[in-house]
Amino acid sequence: MYDAILAESIMITGHGGDSIEAYSARPMQPGPFGGVVVIHHMPGYDEQTKEIARTFAVHGYNAVVPNLYWREAPGASPDDAAAVARAAGGVPDERLVGDVAGAVAYLKGLSSSNGKVGTIGYCSGGRQSFLAAVSLPLDAAVDCYGAFVVGTPPEGMPLKVGPLVDKTPDLSCPLLGLFGAEDKYPSPEHVAELEAALKAAGKTYEFHTYEGAGHAFFSVNRPAYRPEAAMDGWQKIFAFYGKYLAA
Amino acid sequence: MCTYLTEKIGISGSAKGASGWFTVTDASVYFDHPVHAPYGHTLNIDFLAPEQGPSARVAVELSAESARALAKAIGAVLDSAPPGLE
Repeated sequence: MYDAILAESIMITGHGGDSIEAYSARPMQPGPFGGVVVIHHMPGYDEQTKEIARTFAVHGYNAVVPNLYWREAPGASPDDAAAVARAAGGVPDERLVGDVAGAVAYLKGLSSSNGKVGTIGYCSGGRQSFLAAVSLPLDAAVDCYGAFVVGTPPEGMPLKVGPLVDKTPDLSCPLLGLFGAEDKYPSPEHVAELEAALKAAGKTYEFHTYEGAGHAFFSVNRPAYRPEAAMDGWQKIFAFYGKYLAA
Repeated sequence: MCTYLTEKIGISGSAKGASGWFTVTDASVYFDHPVHAPYGHTLNIDFLAPEQGPSARVAVELSAESARALAKAIGAVLDSAPPGLE
């Protein structure tokens, strides 16, 4: 079976017409393929996130990771860029939506696209995946342990984000949520509140909470990595995208 | 979680980074996920020269215990230095 992929750094048009860096990974076959926008975690546009994009390509999806910190730190190493972005309080919500919209347009413009695009995000990107899905027309969204979809940052925390749960009725697509039972942000109570909002709004969703896992259990290069949760999580992701993006 | 909890201070001094010594003007002190240290959260200090761009940064990531020990040691050394040297 022919299984080549092409992975490369490109420039895409993001929020406000800005040209931003992105990492594209796609199968070298005619398709048609679904598309996935991979939203990187707070520590940035790093090697591990690019590996996630390549994994999607190997599994038959066009994937793209927008570098959300490109404006603050073009060409800088991911950790230096993340330091600048976090000192500024994170990525503004409006800009995030514009950058994801640009990434969606890039994926839909590929000749191998089947016209369907979903998002996936980790950590702060989990919240941003939900934000994109209540702001843009999407076909599927995955939230991996995104904090502050429900709840607000504790007093004194300069994080410039508010809760999104009130926007649940605007959710444009099915949502897959993957959480750790030992996580504090989001805690099991936060996850239950989001689930209640999804039920009340009549949305299609699928939540899984892993025992023995906390925040960032997909992070292969961190002590938080939990192989059993991560491997099962990947299976859930491919089943979910297989249903909503690949068909 | 991503805490974003940050103290920013102006500083005066120098730091040695990947391309040699440079003058630092700012520092960020925060408790959040480390990039490299094997802990869930660490006390991180960035010594910065923002005018020279994002790469003008010397970063350390310390366990909470070692960061407290460091802070104590800094205070102790400064307190025991002979008067008039600062």
